[in-house]
Amino acid sequence: MSRLNEANIILAKEIIGRYPKARSATIPLLHLSQQQNGYVTNAAIAHVAELVGATSAEVLGTATFYEMFKFEPVGKYLVNICGTMSCQLLGADELMHHAEERLGVKAGGTTADGMFTLEHAECQAACTEAPNMQVNYRHCHRMTTNAFDQLIEDLAAGRLDGEIPPHGTLARVRQQIPADKAAGVASLASPAAPAWFPAPEAKP
Amino acid sequence: MNTYPWAAGYIDDGDRPKIVTSRFHLEDSYTLERYHATGGYAGLRAALGRTPAQVHDEVRGATVLGRGGAGFPAGVKWGLMPAEKYPRYLVVNGDESEPGTYKDRLLMERDPHQLIEGSLIAAYAAGLAQVFLYIRGEMPLAHERVATALNEAYAAGYIGRNILGSSFSVDIVLHWGAGAYVVGEETALIESLEGKRGEPRLKPPYFPAAIGLYGQPTIVNNVETLSNLPWLLTNGAQAFTAIGTETSPGTRMVAVSGHVKRPGVYEIVNGTTTFRDLLYGDEFSQGIRDDNELKAFVPGGGSAPWFTPDQLDLPFEGKLVGAAGSMLGSGAIMVMDETTDIPKAALTLTHFYAAESCGQCTPCREGGTWLERVLQRIVDGRGTHADLDQLMEIGESICPGDFPHAASERLGLAATPFPYKMTTICFVGPSAYAPVHSALTLFRDEFEARIPASATRARKQIPVTAVGAH
Ligand SMILES: Cc1cc2nc3c(=O)[nH]c(=O)nc-3n(C[C@H](O)[C@H](O)[C@H](O)COP(=O)(O)O)c2cc1C
Ligand code: SF4
Ligand code: FES
Repeated sequence: MSRLNEANIILAKEIIGRYPKARSATIPLLHLSQQQNGYVTNAAIAHVAELVGATSAEVLGTATFYEMFKFEPVGKYLVNICGTMSCQLLGADELMHHAEERLGVKAGGTTADGMFTLEHAECQAACTEAPNMQVNYRHCHRMTTNAFDQLIEDLAAGRLDGEIPPHGTLARVRQQIPADKAAGVASLASPAAPAWFPAPEAKP
Repeated sequence: MNTYPWAAGYIDDGDRPKIVTSRFHLEDSYTLERYHATGGYAGLRAALGRTPAQVHDEVRGATVLGRGGAGFPAGVKWGLMPAEKYPRYLVVNGDESEPGTYKDRLLMERDPHQLIEGSLIAAYAAGLAQVFLYIRGEMPLAHERVATALNEAYAAGYIGRNILGSSFSVDIVLHWGAGAYVVGEETALIESLEGKRGEPRLKPPYFPAAIGLYGQPTIVNNVETLSNLPWLLTNGAQAFTAIGTETSPGTRMVAVSGHVKRPGVYEIVNGTTTFRDLLYGDEFSQGIRDDNELKAFVPGGGSAPWFTPDQLDLPFEGKLVGAAGSMLGSGAIMVMDETTDIPKAALTLTHFYAAESCGQCTPCREGGTWLERVLQRIVDGRGTHADLDQLMEIGESICPGDFPHAASERLGLAATPFPYKMTTICFVGPSAYAPVHSALTLFRDEFEARIPASATRARKQIPVTAVGAH
């Protein structure tokens, strides 16, 4: 079953309710489905489309634009090695080469045990900490080949389970907007100036 | 010198004023408790004690230049919205992905309440009825910190209905991206927020201030830009403009990466700090690694034309850097020492922009791909001299006319100032060309050295006219 489950449907509806137009929730709901299943399934696309009032083709069109959405199963850990300039200047190619050897797969591949998927990635906003990489988007700074081997060992042994959730889970804290505190969406149906915002005074 | 394990990359050295990084030395700077204890939400209170127009004037008077790339003053931008069209929205641009740029992620992870407070001040001043805080997908820690801070701020009455008992009511909705560089462009950000592919819109007519999210007036501001507002409202425009220069007041966060001894993210005084200070100064990056010679540096993110040691004494100031042939962009300096393989470095950046093209414009989609292929051929030692001219011709199809570049004493070259003309909707196309143009203009000899002698002969033996004759 790869439609959203009951708990996630409740969450999805809550998320949709925060936007003036339901379709704005497309990407958050795709993330939710990826968190549930590890990747984005066809059934999930159809379900998200139903929920946001779009066609499956529209949701698929959106989903395929973004690199983080995967349409086939990937490893429990997505290992992304930055190859952009600052990292490249400081050894990204060597790190990638080592990673391919250590994991026994080429960039883009998944290890036979389904634990690791290795990917080339672009600038991860940690350029001063080159060469940089991410595991399930958690940053690993100033990587060396030794540090890489240690990291892979720790991940395989489950020693980092507390810090790095399986692929698909992004933030482990969600925003909550309590109903009694919410200002409410700025709906297109109410085109008045906000209450606190007086029209500019007419020039005398 | 101080560094902090919880703010990797940030370096706090010397005695400079701090506006946006003043809490980075505190391990728990992201909590509401610490934020309160360090003057947090005083700016919002100060704002609510005045009319929106007064707050807007204060921000306009301080000339808070946008920190996302274009450097447009925030107060002026807010004034561009049509007077009688509501609702209006604020979209906070936390998509940081320009090569070399590392500051917005730190601001979101280390001081989320400062960003929230800044967003609230902007919403109050400009009559923005809902805020969407768009964070790059690949930053889960920033999500967690901002989500937690939002939850705390709702509970404490800083966000939501009747904020601090006033008539000011606004929700801030945390939104997350899913990996696409071009989405950082403001109109693409809006498309993405509408649930669509992140393809930039044509300007005109789609200037967000007039026609933005759902066709409504929308302000898009960068994370660092908004993070300045709490300090500004607490201390006043006069204190703000007392730092920096008249055209570039305040501070800026700058990341210096690549071949320096001490790569780091620094909050610097805007407009006066020179590139020499940043690359060689004791308070900053302390020189080139292994005491090598500096070959070139990118002064403002991967899109910026390159500088060489000739430009070291320029201050970090937008107008001067523009006249010298480049731009400050997103505050990202990438340094290349004498060992750098220049054609390869250009290829790395061109590959980035070619891969990130959304594909709407032919010159960007095709041109970027061709630039990358031809460059790859040259780097692999399979290029010809004709390839070098072809790179420039492809560039001409993306950016017709003179392309900006730095002056070079060695080459007897004068600068061509920023900006350029372009045939594309957004700057991704030109950005694929910028590194190629800079590298070829300033280091043509390194490309020529890569071309095998046999290639030159082979090309000369084929008369050009014969190609199309059959
Ligand atoms: C291709 C492209 C990518 C961009 N990426 C970002 C980005 O990641 N973050 C950002 O704040 N601005 C980015 N910008 C600039 C935005 O379009 C916009 O100018 C900025 O967010 C406005 O905020 P500011 O006025 O506060 O600087 C990008 C622009 C282009 C053309
Ligand atoms: S320039 Fe490139 S990225 Fe920008 S809109 Fe055109 S095709 Fe898309
Ligand atoms: S270049 Fe690798 S993190 Fe920016």
